[in-house]
Amino acid sequence: MTALASDFKANAAKALADAELQRALLNVKRGFVQKRVDAKARLPEFDTLRDEARAIKLHTLSHLDLYLDYFERKVADSGGQVHFAPTAADAREIILKLCRDADAKLVTKGKSMVSEEIGLNACLEEAGIEAVETDLGEYIAQMRNEAPSHLIAPIIHLNKETIAEDFRRSHEGLAADRTLGSAADLVAEARAVLRQKFLAADVGITGANLLIAETGTSVVVTNEGNADLTQTLPKMHIVIASIEKLVPTLEDACTILRLLARSATGQEITTYTTFATGPRREGDADGPSAYHVVLLDSGRSEMLGGSFNDMLSCIRCGACLNHCPVYATIGGHAYGSLYVGPMGAVLTPALVGIDHARDLPNASSLCGRCEDVCPVRIPLPSMLRAWRERDFARGNPKFREKTALKLWAYAAKRPRLYHALSGAAVKLLALLAGRSGKLSWLPFAGAWTRNRDLPAPEGETFHQLYAKRTQE
Amino acid sequence: MSGSQANRKKVLESIRTTLGANAPDKWREANVRHRLVTHPSGTIPARSLGNREAGLALFSGMLASQGAEVTRVRDPEGVVKAIAAYLAKHELPSELRLSEEPVLVTLPWLLAPKLTQTYGEPSASDAIGLSRAIAGVAETGTLFLVSGAGNPTSLNFLPETHIVMVDEGDIVGCYEEAWGRLRALYGEGTLPRTVNWISGPSRTADIEQTIISGAHGPKRLFVVILDERSP
Amino acid sequence: MTEVLTAGAPLVGLFVTCLVDLIRPSIGFAAIKLLEDAGARVEAPLAQTCCGQPAFNSGDRADAQAIARQVVDVFEGFDYVVAPSGSCAGMLKLHYPKLLADDPAYAERAKALAEKSFELTRFLVDVLYVEGVDATYAARVTYHESCSSLRETGSSWAARRLLQSIRGIDLVELPDSEACCGFGGTFSVKYSGISSAIGEAKARTIAATEASCVVSCDLGCLMQIAGKLSRDGKKVQARHIAELLANMIEAAPIGGERI
Repeated sequence: MTALASDFKANAAKALADAELQRALLNVKRGFVQKRVDAKARLPEFDTLRDEARAIKLHTLSHLDLYLDYFERKVADSGGQVHFAPTAADAREIILKLCRDADAKLVTKGKSMVSEEIGLNACLEEAGIEAVETDLGEYIAQMRNEAPSHLIAPIIHLNKETIAEDFRRSHEGLAADRTLGSAADLVAEARAVLRQKFLAADVGITGANLLIAETGTSVVVTNEGNADLTQTLPKMHIVIASIEKLVPTLEDACTILRLLARSATGQEITTYTTFATGPRREGDADGPSAYHVVLLDSGRSEMLGGSFNDMLSCIRCGACLNHCPVYATIGGHAYGSLYVGPMGAVLTPALVGIDHARDLPNASSLCGRCEDVCPVRIPLPSMLRAWRERDFARGNPKFREKTALKLWAYAAKRPRLYHALSGAAVKLLALLAGRSGKLSWLPFAGAWTRNRDLPAPEGETFHQLYAKRTQE
Repeated sequence: MSGSQANRKKVLESIRTTLGANAPDKWREANVRHRLVTHPSGTIPARSLGNREAGLALFSGMLASQGAEVTRVRDPEGVVKAIAAYLAKHELPSELRLSEEPVLVTLPWLLAPKLTQTYGEPSASDAIGLSRAIAGVAETGTLFLVSGAGNPTSLNFLPETHIVMVDEGDIVGCYEEAWGRLRALYGEGTLPRTVNWISGPSRTADIEQTIISGAHGPKRLFVVILDERSP
Repeated sequence: MTEVLTAGAPLVGLFVTCLVDLIRPSIGFAAIKLLEDAGARVEAPLAQTCCGQPAFNSGDRADAQAIARQVVDVFEGFDYVVAPSGSCAGMLKLHYPKLLADDPAYAERAKALAEKSFELTRFLVDVLYVEGVDATYAARVTYHESCSSLRETGSSWAARRLLQSIRGIDLVELPDSEACCGFGGTFSVKYSGISSAIGEAKARTIAATEASCVVSCDLGCLMQIAGKLSRDGKKVQARHIAELLANMIEAAPIGGERI
């Protein structure tokens, strides 16, 4: 990943000026928003299920140690093995060792944000192991050495012409004059190329949308079926998931699954929802002979019970991104983080520290639409404010900003002074604006007037006029 | 203490410390045990609670809208004829790879002599796969398939065309009912290596949000419902 | 000004809001007219300045709390507190109790204030049972739903109800009405590029309705929208909902040329 969260302002400016990106972002606004509305309309129980899902998640989080313990036992009972990874480095070490023990040369990967979080692919490549993303969007992002730009639609920012160029450059041994004009052509070629990888892989690594304690099960949802080929064909299946993915029972999984696809893409359910429990059993016709679940902490345990506890309920549906006015104008890469949009603005500072990501929670109008659409009702705006409080307490805002705020607050706490100063200020501004009623330029107001006119004040304050009126 | 035991301790202790749960707490433990043992359901959508005919119609309708082809037949002979007709209609090969489920193996294949059958784990070149679903869920037109001796999971994903047979009596209203059946079959808290929920053919919308079938899994899904109830 | 005291008429403290106070006082007077016409007595105490949102949303909890205490002190004597603004009313209703929850001297008082604080249109309809207004505006109007009036004060229905009662009005729904205009208070200057881009999308949607006027419950949104429409050369006027409801439309629209 090349972009950094600390370069947000510069990256956002670039994104705003990127015409192709802006066109692609329209797809997000138009497509996903309406699809969610339609899906919700088809399921009258939707909002009730949201309340239940939230309750399930919060209950699990407050008993996480106990459920993890139980999950581990059930995985062992079915012949698998759980590995706890306190840090990203631990997770990499564990997975690398497993791959080496399996004498792996080629690893196929189902989509996993957590595996990107820990930098797994680079680690494997360095060790001489080829790691191939199999989710089509992630495959293309990997080809371009780019981070995904959306939680569930990784290459929403790319058009098919760009992708065709990438394919011609990366896929060797194919006819140079072959047609790659349509999305169907591209998918067909990717299918053929990746099939070879699926069949040859020694190890398959997937993430998990959910982990189920009751049965020791990992759950992966896809529309493509890539995760299934990844976790069924090789001799070893490794799951990498963060600890908060756990839910207690199969029924709890059903409640959440009823919300996940509907909130993400507006589908009733994803094409494939796969429940994996342990390795192949004796007598099974196929399946991996080894099943490992690597549970990553990396900052999650510290969030429990605190101001950001509820962020751990996130089921990674992407609804908040799809409805966020900020995301809609700058796209995912501007955030300089794996986790983008409102959920990324809350989670990223928790994982990398507010000092390195302060723009993310600050760059929000706090419109609240994210909380409106979150399937597990995470109070995202409150958490954005909570980060702003920490940011302010650490003295991070620039001098100019802090001073302006201090001056304003000083006056606001002293009504007489405030009224006197404001009376003078609005008189001046009204004079400057004259008959036009607006100002297209004003010293120190460039941030507003660069792209907008500033409506001029009427010339007297309400309190000045009110005092006059009540004297009559 | 081994590295992995140390890691385990670190993570669990960090959790307990943050939650303020370092002392054993029988109420917390009882909470967890209770939920795991009673596994209460959440709200079941009303659409899943219809009668048998409504469920069947919902199941077929949802699958069809999700890109699958669905048909209902009255007897095993009908299953074979439907499969033969489907393959002919779409000009597909006549070599079938079946799972070794007895109910599939014992179908009256002689009624369709042009079709050939091989069994078990598919090779990369098998074009048509035939499996049996252990259950169907009307709620979202979802098939439950399980791994086992004779049920290769790869059969659900490798071949370009996937045909699934499901018994009408195994079609239930909601996911929870299907899980209930699996619990009865495998025991509480126990599942086979793989349970696949399949609700349509493979697809992707990653490229410009255009939906294309056959991303990695099957391009086509054909579901045959065997309804042997007397009319 | 003669004042007719009606026995039992509720005493409403007008929370002017800093934007109305500084930029467009006529909104405050429109609010007073609407409230008095509906049978309330209205006073606008001098000792008010701001609800504290700029501090609150910037993470300056201490200043936000200080200002909140000041507001509680000034307004708790009234039967009701009404603001011609969803965001300021939301601040008093939803955020003050949480801000002052740990202050034993103010916790209960903040809760009491919250319960009697309202956004203007919601108050008129739900508390004063206003069903319609005595106003005329024969033109196409579209309503921008400010995020706070939508999500914090629940004013959607009340605002539209009152607008629909205006004689001659051609009220058209604004597509994507739940989308933010991009103002967000200090956000509009701290991240002005992003704020403008969001405002651009909103301005385009408004212009596409071919309405001659856009109204909203929040002056901040209207300044953003008017500023964008004006810079883009669009002819749509912007007014606060109170101005139309009170039939006080003689003044120039927001950001518009003086008459």
